[in-house]
Amino acid sequence: MSELIKKTAVEQLALLQSGEITSVELTKAHLDHIAAVDSSVHAFLHVNAEGALATAAEVDRRRAAGEQLPKLAGLPVAVKDNLTTMDQPSTAGSKILEGWVPQYDSTVVTRLRAELMPILGKTNLDEFAMGSTTQFSAYGSTANPWSLNRIPGGSGGGSAAAVAAFMSPVAIGSDTGGSIRYPAAMTGTVGTKPTYGAVSRYGLIALGSSLDQIGPVARNVADAALLHDVIAGHDPHDSTSLKEELGSMVEAASNQSLKGLRVGVIKELTGEGFQKGITDRFNESLEILKAQGAEIVEVSCPNFKYAVEAYYLILPAEASSNLARFDSVRFGMRVTPQGNPTIERVMSATREAGFGPEVKRRIILGTYALSSGYYDDYYGSAQKVRTLIQRDFEAAFSKADVLVSPTAPTTAFKLGEKLEDPLAMYLNDIATIPANLAGVPGLSLPNGLADEDGLPSSIQFLAPARADHRLYEVGAVLEREHENIWGKRMIDFAPEVKAGA
Amino acid sequence: MAKAELMNYEQAIEQFEVVIGLEVHVELNTNTKMFCGCKNDFGDEPNTNVCPVCLGLPGALPVVNGRAVESAIKIGLALGCDIAPTGRFARKNYFYPDLAKNFQTSQYDEPIAFEGGIQIEVSSGNTFQLNIERAHMEEDAGKLTHIGGNTGRIQGAEFSLVDYNRAGVPLIEIVTKPVFGAGAEAPELAAAYVRAIRDIVKALNVSEARMERGNVRCDANVSLRKHGAEKLGTRTETKNVNSLRSIERAVRYEIQRQAHILASGGSILQETRHWHEDKGTTSSGRPKSDADDYRYFPEPDLVPVVPSSELIERLRAELPENPAERRKRLQGVWQFSDLEFRDVVNAGLLDQIEETVAAGAKPQAARKWWTGEIARIANAGEQEVSDLPVTAAQVAELAALVESGKINDRIGREVLQAVLDGEGNPTEIVAAKGLEVVSDDGALIAAIDEALAKQPDVLEKIREGKVQAAGAVIGAVMQAMKGQADAARVRELVLERAK
Repeated sequence: MSELIKKTAVEQLALLQSGEITSVELTKAHLDHIAAVDSSVHAFLHVNAEGALATAAEVDRRRAAGEQLPKLAGLPVAVKDNLTTMDQPSTAGSKILEGWVPQYDSTVVTRLRAELMPILGKTNLDEFAMGSTTQFSAYGSTANPWSLNRIPGGSGGGSAAAVAAFMSPVAIGSDTGGSIRYPAAMTGTVGTKPTYGAVSRYGLIALGSSLDQIGPVARNVADAALLHDVIAGHDPHDSTSLKEELGSMVEAASNQSLKGLRVGVIKELTGEGFQKGITDRFNESLEILKAQGAEIVEVSCPNFKYAVEAYYLILPAEASSNLARFDSVRFGMRVTPQGNPTIERVMSATREAGFGPEVKRRIILGTYALSSGYYDDYYGSAQKVRTLIQRDFEAAFSKADVLVSPTAPTTAFKLGEKLEDPLAMYLNDIATIPANLAGVPGLSLPNGLADEDGLPSSIQFLAPARADHRLYEVGAVLEREHENIWGKRMIDFAPEVKAGA
Repeated sequence: MAKAELMNYEQAIEQFEVVIGLEVHVELNTNTKMFCGCKNDFGDEPNTNVCPVCLGLPGALPVVNGRAVESAIKIGLALGCDIAPTGRFARKNYFYPDLAKNFQTSQYDEPIAFEGGIQIEVSSGNTFQLNIERAHMEEDAGKLTHIGGNTGRIQGAEFSLVDYNRAGVPLIEIVTKPVFGAGAEAPELAAAYVRAIRDIVKALNVSEARMERGNVRCDANVSLRKHGAEKLGTRTETKNVNSLRSIERAVRYEIQRQAHILASGGSILQETRHWHEDKGTTSSGRPKSDADDYRYFPEPDLVPVVPSSELIERLRAELPENPAERRKRLQGVWQFSDLEFRDVVNAGLLDQIEETVAAGAKPQAARKWWTGEIARIANAGEQEVSDLPVTAAQVAELAALVESGKINDRIGREVLQAVLDGEGNPTEIVAAKGLEVVSDDGALIAAIDEALAKQPDVLEKIREGKVQAAGAVIGAVMQAMKGQADAARVRELVLERAK
């Protein structure tokens, strides 16, 4: 493996800017590594070698000409395949969109292009981001670079694994109930779900519109902050996008001290149900935070116990409507049944063939939850729970500046486990879902390895809406201290993925 | 399809109480669509005014057209509605190939305008209060064209074409509360109500308001119940009736059809029905029940519409006069007979006449020109009066020339034609062509004397008191003057000279 690709994005950018390396070299090094190891990991659904190298060459040419370039120019990036890209297929991990090349770029991709970042390709995900293991991708699962027979988390297992296996320095993910943070926790990477509305959703193939948020995936806090600053900001194409600027995350990530910071431990998201190794690492992290000057307080969020249930009513309801457009009429797969193919039969046959089992399960759930006579009991009550969870957050944030919990209850389990037990599977996101229901930002940071299995453990920080910077302020300090204690970066504990394994 | 049997109309009214409810869809004339920047023009080449948003491509998101919101508020205010301080859009979920997202983004439980009312007068002079339940914003669907098969309907077609130019066109749906007590006048009232809505949205300049182009479309709900019954009867909804005459006919037809069924012991099926203009009948569409499940829920991709009270007050202050009140006022000022005024209204010439009067013409003269010669020329050319190249100022000028006696009516018509031919303003044309009437009595007397000398028998008859015989002489004089004489003056002089 080229040593170059093991460097942080910050380091890679410094080399680009000083002229020690070219973007073509850097991009090629990543493409070579993808070619070498992705047959084992399967993080990418599409590799955009030609396009990425063209952007890299443009950056090099313009840099040589002495032009002022955007800050991240030349740094490669991978994009989750549920964001539209005009020059590459965008499948959202579904057969129903196989081969679909969109007519437009998502706003986030437009920003990456404006920043002159070579786009290495599109990363794997659970079909339409429905899942927490990436095993529901219609194109096969992604492996966890730490242990290839384990899940990388999901839905954004592709982006997390690409970054963890050094196939890309940074990547774009989307988080509806934990799809950035949970894979980050499984792969020992850093992932942020920004405040709802901080990043435009335009061009993000919608799962749960009121929950979806795009964010950065990286190997460290500073790198995540770099990408965060590129993609955040108001977009007139997204009515739910925030008008105000939330400040620089890069600046926040340069924070050195936690003096006076009140850190609230969410009582309901610790202890029972969490793997021992994870609880141990979490308690250590609290000690470190305290040692760095933070005040640790306990907060209670009693309604969080209803979060998963509420989520699995609101999300399927919105998804059932969002996915209605996949009907074969204007784009995507079309299946024409034998006999007398009326439009109803064509739509039905296409959706039967094009959607996988988890997607069908959620469409049925959501359709049921919205049905007249059931709306109040299901969707209506779930929305009330959502309000209660928002109030829990408000109360907690009156006592603490940031909240913490383990990101996930367990370390990465084996591929194939829990597949037949959707309810057990849904509990993977127990700690991440409340943030989506309340629209608040969250960041997952690796905090060591669990003693039982040597797999990454992670801590999650949550901040009030619009206070995304606090995540980076506290994350940067804790990351620094972890590295001091463990002697190296968490990601450096990962075994190297061998070529062609 | 078996032809439905109908009950005699008078008998139907005698036996049943008619309840109607009207849903009017108004297509707004905004530059762009309801939720995207595409041109709001669906007459263009199919699928040219489209984008990821109105095609419902994966990932696309809607943004509310602020101008459409203003139009909706104006309509609400003009109908006396309250304007909601905050209103959400909802998704109405159903699968249909003309509906790009397979849900319609529409207001549901939070309409922008609600609880209004409007007074409607029918030809008998009876006035009815129609209560408005709501006016809400929504988007139109694309247009389907079914190819193959005989009916042009989806059943039996080989394939269908979809034009999404119309997808996302902003619509305002105005819904009345049930209207009771109109009896035999219910069909006329329905048409009069839709006419009033059309006039209002036209006066507000929020829609082209051309019914023949579908800018204003009506769904008419009709139900019957026994007089004195408390429970409402089962209703049918006749969709997309697109002319005032058709609305009246469709409602009347449904009354007669339902009355026959009920009187023969049958029951009405709750359904949508299609109106057939050619046959003057309705036919069964799809069954519709209150259990139709559209799985409405709040549209998560849009933030609520929150019109400021400043905006509402500004729009209220800008409201034009209510068309019905304006008509009442103008008829009073102009002193037209009911018949004359109705002709003017039906011909849609109120604006022209008002402007012509404002430019100095007498109301009757303005009316005669616009409803007479100008309307005739437009008709002959199968054009709209408003499309003719003549202004109110020019008509006022023309009327002034006639009024002052400088030209007569016949010459006036010639001058009008010249105006339409682009030859200039009436005064210029009269001067350039030398069309002014001969007002020199000397010249007229000379011509009269000559004519009388040529027709001694006529002179004799006049002297005998047969005044009507003068016509022959007048004609001869007018001919000699090439029509440029005031016939009344010629007549006076003829009688004088014949003494």
